[in-house]
Order: sequence, then structure tokens, then C-alpha cells
Amino acid sequence: MSEMTLVQAVNRGLFEAMKQDPDVLVLGEDVGVDGGVFRATDGLIKEYGAERVIDTPLSETGIIGTAVGMALYGLKPVAEIQFLDFIYPAFDQIVSELAKFRFRSGGQYPCHVVIRAPYGGGIKGGVYHSQSTEAYFCHTAGLKVAIPSTPADAKGLLLTAIHDEDPVMFFEPKRIYRTATGEVPDGDYRVPFGQARTVREGEHLSIFAYGAMIPPASEAAAALAKDGISAEVIDLRTLVPLDEAAAVASVEKTGRAVVVHEAARFCGFGAELSAILAEKAFYSLKAPILRVTGYDTPFPYALENVYLPNAARIEAAARAVMQEG
Amino acid sequence: MTDASGSLLPLPYTPTDVYHRIGPEARETLRSAYGWMILGRTLDARMQGLQRQGRVGFYGAATGHEAVNVAAGLSTRKEDWIFPGLREPLVALVRGHPLPRYVQHLFATAHDPSKGRQMPCHPSASEVHHVSISSVIGTQITHAVGAAWAMRLRKASGVALAFFGDGATSANDFHAGLNFAGVAGLPVVFVCANNQWAISMPVERQSAVATLAQKASAYGYSGVTVDGTDIVAVLEAFQRVLRESREGSGPHLIEFRVYRMTPHSSSDDPTRYQPVDWNARARAHDPVVRLETWLSTVGWLDDADRAGYAQRASESVRDAIAEAEATPPPSPASLFEDVFSRPLSVPVEIPRI
Repeated sequence: MSEMTLVQAVNRGLFEAMKQDPDVLVLGEDVGVDGGVFRATDGLIKEYGAERVIDTPLSETGIIGTAVGMALYGLKPVAEIQFLDFIYPAFDQIVSELAKFRFRSGGQYPCHVVIRAPYGGGIKGGVYHSQSTEAYFCHTAGLKVAIPSTPADAKGLLLTAIHDEDPVMFFEPKRIYRTATGEVPDGDYRVPFGQARTVREGEHLSIFAYGAMIPPASEAAAALAKDGISAEVIDLRTLVPLDEAAAVASVEKTGRAVVVHEAARFCGFGAELSAILAEKAFYSLKAPILRVTGYDTPFPYALENVYLPNAARIEAAARAVMQEG
Repeated sequence: MTDASGSLLPLPYTPTDVYHRIGPEARETLRSAYGWMILGRTLDARMQGLQRQGRVGFYGAATGHEAVNVAAGLSTRKEDWIFPGLREPLVALVRGHPLPRYVQHLFATAHDPSKGRQMPCHPSASEVHHVSISSVIGTQITHAVGAAWAMRLRKASGVALAFFGDGATSANDFHAGLNFAGVAGLPVVFVCANNQWAISMPVERQSAVATLAQKASAYGYSGVTVDGTDIVAVLEAFQRVLRESREGSGPHLIEFRVYRMTPHSSSDDPTRYQPVDWNARARAHDPVVRLETWLSTVGWLDDADRAGYAQRASESVRDAIAEAEATPPPSPASLFEDVFSRPLSVPVEIPRI
């Protein structure tokens, strides 16, 4: 075990995967000599060389299309998109090609690429360095979507992603890259997909969140506890596959649910989770499910703290669901 | 290339020229090429007819492209990978994908290697490294670059070939792929079968360049334009670029000028946009007739040979169709296979047909 930040844990995970398997390689913009703009790939090129740590020309469709071709041939590429906001030139490659190769070829061409991308706001990144658009990818069959919130999960989920057999979108909460610190197991540490983590047990309501929304959700739960309201905080960890059983079980216990994400509300992941809870835990619910999310506007620069959900907004939603029933 | 008005453009070679250009096996190579071209043409004619009868859902003929496809199939090695577009199924057949398997795909049966997941003419044949095709234009270009990169990392001797049409040279992945390949110096051959039409759009309005091949110079290497209806020139071009690629030359772009001799697909009506003399011009460049005429003239093909090739093609296509039409469709439960390596969720009740 070693104490480290979330971004250091990503880096440790990449080192571990490249050590384990010579077929693993890293490619993207500025990932080699520079070590990545957030330093997630720092030092890899020194250890593993420019053959396996590839600085690419500036083209997201080129990065992902190339990674797809490498994967078809049998390598295990881990592609970095510098910011999730810049992924759209590669959207065609991701949803039309990567997600569909195994299916459209009748299983002849599995295509296992891991795409890492820092996502989310709170770093004064304005319109184009702040977005959380995980829902686009959750909506496409064939892609798995993982979002860690702790250093241990960052390493453990990343190693699971790299050893998986399916395409994985791995979104890293850059706002807490350096503020989230914790103990991370050494060596080949893996966290399975599809298993939510109970951050805090509670009796009166369930707060569902992931990534950079875990700290404000926990802060809200601590504030509620002072008033005798016992909130359960569930970190979903992977949106695809989703741990539906854990979500349903928590609501069956508490009878109330608040769903939190920083992505925009309309057709966001919270809509899906709310629908699942309504379908599968309806008779346990004592109050309508509430969502605390980003607004249905582009991500703002000056007003990012207005846009982003925080502990106060989560706490207010929790108190609102406690008013009912 | 000059356009003759309907009269066939003969291949301008003596047998000595041909031996010089494509090697000592030229006679057998060209006879073999002729047989494959006849098979391709026979299949196209038969399947377009069946599409009109409603027995297959769609068809994208490659009539006019046969020389490029057959030469690619004959010139590549087993370890080479093919990243095709719509009109290259014949490449897979020449490289060893069995015709009956391909016809099962055309009928989207339970024995279709891709399980009936795609429209006809979108095969996947991994045993000959013929990669599953997308209907999205140009996306396979960067895949070929990635595979070539992987070959180099693994120190394999293969070459990746990306096939695409004139329209694809306007798409994102053409630029990204040609650029990445140039920077990294990869063993990849970009094969543009310029049939002069992207559905209704003539190539003159697709790009302002004089030749599509010259686009390679923007990425640091040279491209060549070759008459894609002259099988000798096409074989010679493939042999050269594949040899150079294996020797570490870096990427190549070849533009093969061909004539689309059919509608874009079974869903298209080219009388809305093609000039009235297009078909006559195209027939002057018919790659099959050009080769057949030349082989007959030099005495490398007689009437009995010709009848034999035609009969074998006709019978193998007929038998494959009969087998496919007797095969059931994929099972409803198969819908949930291959989305992921293992299903994440399957509905409790599988829908019934």
C-alpha cells in the first residue's frame, strides 16, 4: 500500500499494465515526452520507450481509429483523449466502429480499446475543458463506462479495464485528480466492474453519485447526520455495467433516492437510474426521486460554481425528499 | 486516360511486355485473374437479379472494379490484412474465403459468418484477414494504419491495405490516416478505387485536384495513378508497392481509375445524374472484356477455356445460392450475442419472429 493522489494512481495502473503485458501500449497527444498535460502518463516513455508510448499527431479520430486497428490486430491500446470535451472528432470511430466491431462481425473481430479521458468541471476550464458527457457513451451498446472517485478505484478499475475484453470508456474526474488522496494497493490490484461501493451506510435516504460528485455527496451526508438524517451514499463506479441490484437494494432499505451528477439533466445518466428505480423499487419509494445535476446549458466559465452541484444543493434535495411520506 | 466512345480500349502489350511487367508466371496469373473476374461478374449479375426479385435485401455490385480486386487478392500474402469498403468482397474470395460462406452472408442466414448482422456486401472473413466493413465512409483507413503500426511493433512482415472510393478522400479519416501513416512511416497501402462517382457526385466535384494520388504529397510521400481496368498495370502496381512496403518504404497511395458500370447500389437510379453516354464510355474500359480480348488475341485463352470459366462460375454461384436459400435465418436469441464478450443483460423473454 502507498498513499497517493488519484492521478498518481492512474499512472501506477498504467505502469503495472505495461509491465504485465507487452501488448499494452499508450497513445495520444503529449502522452510521451511531456507525460500528459495532467502527468497521468509521466515516466512511461522512459520505462517502456517510444514504441509503446506513442505521441500522436493532433487528431482524435486518428488516435481512436489507429487504436481500433491496433486492437483488431491483437494489441491492447490505451488511448488518451486530452479532455473529454475534445473527443467528438472520434465519436464516429467510438460509436460506429469500436462499439460495433464484435457484433457486426459475428464475434470475429473483438475490439478491445481503453479510452481514458479527464472529464468534468471545477477547474476553471470553461466551455471546452469541463464537460461531463458520459451519457452519450452509456447510450451506445457495446461500450463499458467506468468512472473512479478514489485513488484505489482509479488503479483498480483501470487495470480491470485494460484486462477486460470489451471497449471501455474510462473517465477520470480531473477536478479531484490531486485532491483525492488515499492508500492504493501495490501490484496487480483490480476492482471488478458492475459492483457499486457503499461510501457511507444510511437508513433514511440513498444518494447515488460517481466520480467528482462523491466528495460533495459525502459532505452533504455528514451535514444531514448532524440533524439526525442518515443518508446512504453509493458510488456507482461503473455506469455500464450498472450495479442495479445494489441501487435497488439501497432504495428498498431507505425508501428515498437522490441522484447526483454534474452532467446536464435532460437525458442524463440520472434519468436512466431514476427510471430503473421507478420500475424496480416503486413500491418501496416514500417520495419522488430527485435529481441534482448540472443545468441544461453549455458549461460556463465565470459561473461554473453556479452550474456544478455542490454539497448544499445535494443537502437541499435530501431534505426535500425527507419532507414527503 | 482517353475515353473511347464505346469501342473497346485494347490492352497495349505484347506477351513479352507482360512477362517483363508481372513476371515469369504471367500467363498463369492472367488466366487465373480472368477466372476470378468472371466469377465476380457472374455473382454481381445474378445477385442484382435476385435483389430485383426480392430474394436478397440489397446489393452493391463491383462491376468495373474486378481488375483491382482480383489483382489485390493475387498479389497479397496471407499475413497481409485487408480493410475493405463496399466493393471489395471479391478480394476475400480470391484470398481464400469460400464462395458458399460469402453467399450465406448475402442471404443473412444462420450460417452467415457475421450472423446476419449486416446488410449484404458487408462481409467479415477473419480467416483471410478481411476485416468487417462499416457503411460509414473512410473509417477503415485509420484502422489499416493501426494494424500496420501493430505489425511493425510485433515485427511481423505483413502489410495493411485500406480500400476506399473517390468519395472517401473527402472524409476525416482519409486525412488522419494518411497523415499518421506518413509521420510513423508505416507498411500500409492506401488503395483508392476511383470509379468517378460517389453515388451521384462526380469526382470533379469531390475534389479540385487533378489526380487523387497527388494528395499523398501533402503527407510526405508520393502517390500514383494507375489505369484500374488494365489488369497488367494493376498487378504491376500492387507487386511494386507491396514489395517496397515489406522493405520498409513507408506508406503508398495508389489511385486506380475505374468505371462504375452499375448503379451505386440496388437502391440507386443513376439515370437521374449520369450523362447519357456514361455507359458507353464505361464499356470501353470494361476490365473483363479488355483482358478476355487480349488473352484471346495472344492465344492464351481459347473458346473452350472461356466456356469452361463461365460454366464453373455459373455453377458455383448457383449451388451457393441454393444452399443459402435453404438455410434458416439466425435465431432470435443470437441478437444478444457479441454485443459484449459476455452478455451484460438479456431480456427474460427472447422476442419471437
